[in-house]
This record gives sequence, C-alpha cells and structure tokens, in this order.
Amino acid sequence: MHELAITQCVLDIALEQAEKHKAGRVAKINLVVGDLSGVVEECVQFYFQVLSKDTVASEAMLEFERVPTGARCHACDSEFTLAETDWTCPKCGSDEIEIVGGRELYIDSMELE
Amino acid sequence: MEIKVLQGILSANDRIAERNRRLLNDKGVFALNLMASPGAGKTSLLLETIRRLKGKVSIAVVEADIASNLDADRIAKEGVAALQINTGGACHVDANMLNNALESMDLEGVDLLILENVGNLVCPAEFYLGVDKNAMIASVPEGDDKPYKYPLMFGQSNVVLVNKIDLLPYLDFDFDNFTRGLSVVNRGATLIRISCKTGDGIDDWISWLLAEMKR
Repeated sequence: MHELAITQCVLDIALEQAEKHKAGRVAKINLVVGDLSGVVEECVQFYFQVLSKDTVASEAMLEFERVPTGARCHACDSEFTLAETDWTCPKCGSDEIEIVGGRELYIDSMELE
Repeated sequence: MEIKVLQGILSANDRIAERNRRLLNDKGVFALNLMASPGAGKTSLLLETIRRLKGKVSIAVVEADIASNLDADRIAKEGVAALQINTGGACHVDANMLNNALESMDLEGVDLLILENVGNLVCPAEFYLGVDKNAMIASVPEGDDKPYKYPLMFGQSNVVLVNKIDLLPYLDFDFDNFTRGLSVVNRGATLIRISCKTGDGIDDWISWLLAEMKR
C-alpha cells in the first residue's frame, strides 16, 4: 500500500523537474529501487498511470533498476547477494553476516522532451 | 534531453521529518516511534509504560489507526494527553501526518512523545519521521521467522521487544532462529523479552527507555 505514497512522490519530483527544465513532456523516469525496500513495481506502474493523468508525465515510461540485497560476512569479510532463504555466507558458511545494501529508493535520471 | 536527478523518492517526506526533528529538539521532547503488526501489543505496552512512568515523566501520545478512536480513548483513561490521527486508509504514518499532529499539540513540558504507528510490518519502516528512536514489537505467536520476512522493519528499529513470552511454553518459537535473523538485518538492535500480561521484562524496557531519554 505504501506504493501509492511513493508513486505520488515520484510524480511530484518528475513534474518539478519538467517545470524546472521547461519540458513539454516527460518521456522516461529511471528509478533505482533496492529489493529491501519492498516496493512492488507493478503497483507503482499502475498507480502512476492513474496519478499522472492530464499531466506532462502521463506518457512517461517508468524504468526500474533493482538493487539486490547485499550482505557482508564478518567471519571471512566477503560481500555477496543475500539468498532468499539461506542466510549464511556462501563462501565460508558462517551465519555471522550482516545486510549492507538494498535500501536504495531514488530517481536516477529522467528523459525530458 | 536526459537529466540527472539523483533525488531520493521520499526526499519531500525527509525534509518534513527534519522539521519534526527540530521542533521536537526545540521543545526538549524525546520522541519514540512504536511499530508492530496488529495485535502484537503496542497499546498494551503503551499503557504499561504510562503506568510505570506516571508522576516521573510527562508523556504525550499520538495514536495512529486507519479508523476509530478506540486507542486514544484507552490512553486518555490513564490521564495522558492522546491525539488520535486516522490515516484514512493509509497503512503508515508519514512525516507530514506527524507534523500536523505535533503542530496541533501542546508540547510544552512534555518529556516523552510516543507515536503508536499503524499496525503493519511493511510500510511504516519506509518513512523517516524525525523521531529520536524507533521501537518495534514482535510477539511470540507471530513466529520466529519475522526478521527474515520483514528485514526493513527490523533493520530500522533501535530496540526490538519480543512480547507475549508467557506463551513460549505453548508455541514453537525458536529464539535462536529469531536472534540470528535479527543480527543479520540489524546488529545494533537491543533485544528485550517482555510480557505485558505478566509484567516480565517491562523493567528492562523502562530502563532502556529512560537511558535513551537521558542521552
């Protein structure tokens, strides 16, 4: 459900940028979303269609770059992508691991016309 | 034309959160955001906390629910100022909702403000509010796998309270598995075992809270 609020924020930023650059149309918005943020792409796409109606962003394509959840092992210091269910280090098997990435939630760039 | 934006999607929220933080600091209020799934014991813990701190700490409460005034009424019965905000369907409190609540409250002389967030283990974790600490409750009947399933929520919490430990003999809650998951998502979190029913561990919780308020 938080996707609705998140999508509204995406649209607000897009419209603000379009106005700032005097663009007539937003063609594309490139988003970076970490897996840990729990943002469902399909929901954002759907909400965006509804929210952007009658704005210069109504035809904008949303491109998602997903960032997997990164983890680090405290035993052997290796860094890796956290597996869905097996929360141990793939290199040494230790469970002394810690999540270090995957919380990204930002707009990287936009294409304006 | 392609433009670089590099802007946090929730940056508008974060700016308002900063305003909340300044407002709370100016008034000398320690603010705690209490999160959990529905039925984990947020209101029970709040009532227990109020009873223990009565006469020592001046408390104000913001109750957030999708609908109803039930919780604010329960808190008000304890003689504590409680403001109910209904999120109108939204599954979380964002910085703006808290800002509206703070602006409408008399925070003069308040030492501790507790926000009881909407019962939900997903959405509230995403929104920075400008409070001093995040606390969450995970209750024994919910199961020991919750840190694995809701890593963001557990990752954002400074203290994790495991409530309803009086039910441990009746349920298959594996504390080792829970602790292992928690340490992966949040090595720095304090873990406190409590039962709002029997009062077990509540002293530890109150000690943690008072120590944090003094910092």
